[in-house]
Amino acid sequence: MATPVQTQTVDLVARFPGMVTADARPGYTGFIVNKENLVEVATAIRDEFGFDLLTAVTGVDYLAENKMEVVYHAYKTTGGPGLVFRVQVERVDPVEVPSLINIWPGVDFQEREAWDLLGIKFTGHPDLRRILMWEGYEGHPLRKDWKEPFFEEEAKPFKSRWPDGQHTFAENKNPFRDNLKFPADFDPEKFEVVNEDGLYASLERHTMKNEEGSLNTDHIVVNMGPHHPSTHGVLRVAVTLDGETIIGLKPVMGYLHRNHDKIGERNTYLQVIPYTDRLDYFNSMSNNFGYVTTVEKLMKIQVAERAEYIRVIMAELSRIQNHLIFIGMLMNDLGTMYTPSLYAFEERELVLDIFEAVSGARMMCNYFRFGGVVRDIPDYVMQKIKDLVLERLPAKTDEMERFLNENEILVARLKGIHVLNAEDAIKYSVTGPVLRATGVPYDLRRADPYSIYDRFDFDVAVRQNGDMMDNYLIRFDEIRQSLRILEQALKQIPQGPINSQKPQYQVRVPAGEAYGRIESPKGELAFYVVSNGKPNPYRYHVRPASFVNLTAVESMCIGSKIADFVALLAMLDIVMGELDR
Amino acid sequence: MYGKGILKGLSVTWKRFWDTYTEDISWMLRGKKRYNTEEGIRHRSSKDTKGIFTVQYPEEQLIVPEEFRYVPFLVYDEGADGKKEIRCTSCGICSKVCPPQCIWIVRTNDPSTGRPVPVPTNFYVDMDICMNCGFCAEYCPFDAIKMDHDFDIASYDRNVYNLDKLLKPAKYYAEIRPENYTREEEARKAKEAAKAAKAEAAAA
Ligand code: SF4
Ligand code: SF4
Repeated sequence: MATPVQTQTVDLVARFPGMVTADARPGYTGFIVNKENLVEVATAIRDEFGFDLLTAVTGVDYLAENKMEVVYHAYKTTGGPGLVFRVQVERVDPVEVPSLINIWPGVDFQEREAWDLLGIKFTGHPDLRRILMWEGYEGHPLRKDWKEPFFEEEAKPFKSRWPDGQHTFAENKNPFRDNLKFPADFDPEKFEVVNEDGLYASLERHTMKNEEGSLNTDHIVVNMGPHHPSTHGVLRVAVTLDGETIIGLKPVMGYLHRNHDKIGERNTYLQVIPYTDRLDYFNSMSNNFGYVTTVEKLMKIQVAERAEYIRVIMAELSRIQNHLIFIGMLMNDLGTMYTPSLYAFEERELVLDIFEAVSGARMMCNYFRFGGVVRDIPDYVMQKIKDLVLERLPAKTDEMERFLNENEILVARLKGIHVLNAEDAIKYSVTGPVLRATGVPYDLRRADPYSIYDRFDFDVAVRQNGDMMDNYLIRFDEIRQSLRILEQALKQIPQGPINSQKPQYQVRVPAGEAYGRIESPKGELAFYVVSNGKPNPYRYHVRPASFVNLTAVESMCIGSKIADFVALLAMLDIVMGELDR
Repeated sequence: MYGKGILKGLSVTWKRFWDTYTEDISWMLRGKKRYNTEEGIRHRSSKDTKGIFTVQYPEEQLIVPEEFRYVPFLVYDEGADGKKEIRCTSCGICSKVCPPQCIWIVRTNDPSTGRPVPVPTNFYVDMDICMNCGFCAEYCPFDAIKMDHDFDIASYDRNVYNLDKLLKPAKYYAEIRPENYTREEEARKAKEAAKAAKAEAAAA
């Protein structure tokens, strides 16, 4: 099955003559909008053309053309193909692009990221601070002329490895020498940890003011993390409290940042696959899926029929174990220490046994290849998958429900605690189960089908209230739907080759761009890849569900009690490997 | 009634708690050992597992599947009089495909002609950098580098393996990956037979 062709549904050029031009570069689609008209055109795209969900904001540095580009991908929550539009600006500092935060507030973190890593200044953004790197960091690491410490060559494979590969430790070759830049007045002896005025100032902005005439109370700022015991990784959150009520909140992230995008750009296309495993380390199969679909789009190749089924089987198994762990970990966050989460881990272990038997590793699967998968599922593993899907997992899901769903304490903690409503969720580009729990049936497997999901009969899980209870229950619904898909996939899976391509360690990818998105268990996981025909991607960008979903955390939590905060955060199901990249 | 849901939940915990003992007793009555035996460990990771699920590492160890991969090793065949015939031809593909670039290969050059000889002078893998992806084994055209099952390699030093430390006999490979080994041997034999047939046809 070929991935559906992205057809242009709107003609922006006709609507905005002189402001918009069609992108004519070979391999590119969409429109180039004049910087001056960006806000006007974007407003029309949202209001007139109905693209209410802006999923991705990506900066690209075209060094040779001396241009910086910001690419926007907008979609409709009613489904269907998206719209790509972009602005191009001269690559002369300050590189300035108007912020779209007033049209789609969901661009908040993504614009900050583009500022942080590429140095694109979004004018009008109220809180344009660094997000992944630390304050006081010098330079913008995703720019093409930026080089990391231990820099060897622009792209792998490095020449020093073969034929005369004498082993050397990287730090002996380049101990912080010429390519680590410090601010001009930097003195390590006097280094203050971080300048956090910016953070607290931004908190101030969101702090509600005391009403006239009411009793004046003091507000306190509490820093939760970066080592909060129940965090899902190292995240820090600065909250302003009025008594027990949260009145201002800012997440601080980047503790696990490794510039995954830059690593990807140094790698060959194939070498990126095992790195994607390390994004959302609970779902390496889904990450692989997203990346290879994107590159296959660029390469315009078909995927072997059997491999399509294997991919779906793996991705759905991954979703089931992810949701079980979500439920278990939520219980941890609520104080039911470890019994439910260990029950969940038991099923997860059994799923991971399957992953290990087919791919060789439990978590870092590295199982997908362009055109298919690495190896076929052995018969005994197929049997095990059938046993799990048809017998064990449905029974264990029921057991989990019996175990928890009616528990009065749990219900009291979850029911009626507001998470998000549909309007806010869309505004903040929230995707995945959190969006569906607000009543928006937006699931990429249906709304913008990829792979072979259009062949299966399943329902998109939706819940209407958008409270914590619905967010919790929708995970059970999704497990059930995944089991339904799995049952069908196991029945229909044909015999045949598992890869449509010959195994090759360097693939040829024609020049152009591709944006591939899949429904990962946490939401929309998308990759934006630009190829210039060389063995390495020119631009490789991950649009992780955790990161973008977290944009909503502020509006989600303001007004609720501090005791609910940890559970509210758990609802977003974030994982730091993906969030910090 | 308030508390009914809690009790219902607790009945699940209660059942799972007793499962361990009922399982133990049923294994005992059947005269089988549930702990420290391969059968017991396998059962604990099967679909029928009930009650206690954990494996008491290091007394017990999970049985890894054939495809399990940890770090790479180099395969040599045992020639006549115990000579190590290294399969690697130092073609360099593994070092090129390695994502974190942790393979260093020194190719041998013939001292008289200066032309490359298909055997490595040295071969290093920095195991601390290796991300266990398995690409090297997957793309080696000579089945010369394979992924090991031995995962207990923690040490006080940095783990940079050289040629000596990387080499392991084909026998060992056949032991940890019997199916892969048989498949590859068959393919190799078929190829050799085809070659011989071709040579014969050319000679005739
Ligand atoms: S191990 Fe294989 S791929 Fe690597 S150099 Fe030797 S023959 Fe080539
Ligand atoms: S397993 Fe992967 S990372 Fe390790 S040496 Fe082989 S190619 Fe390199």
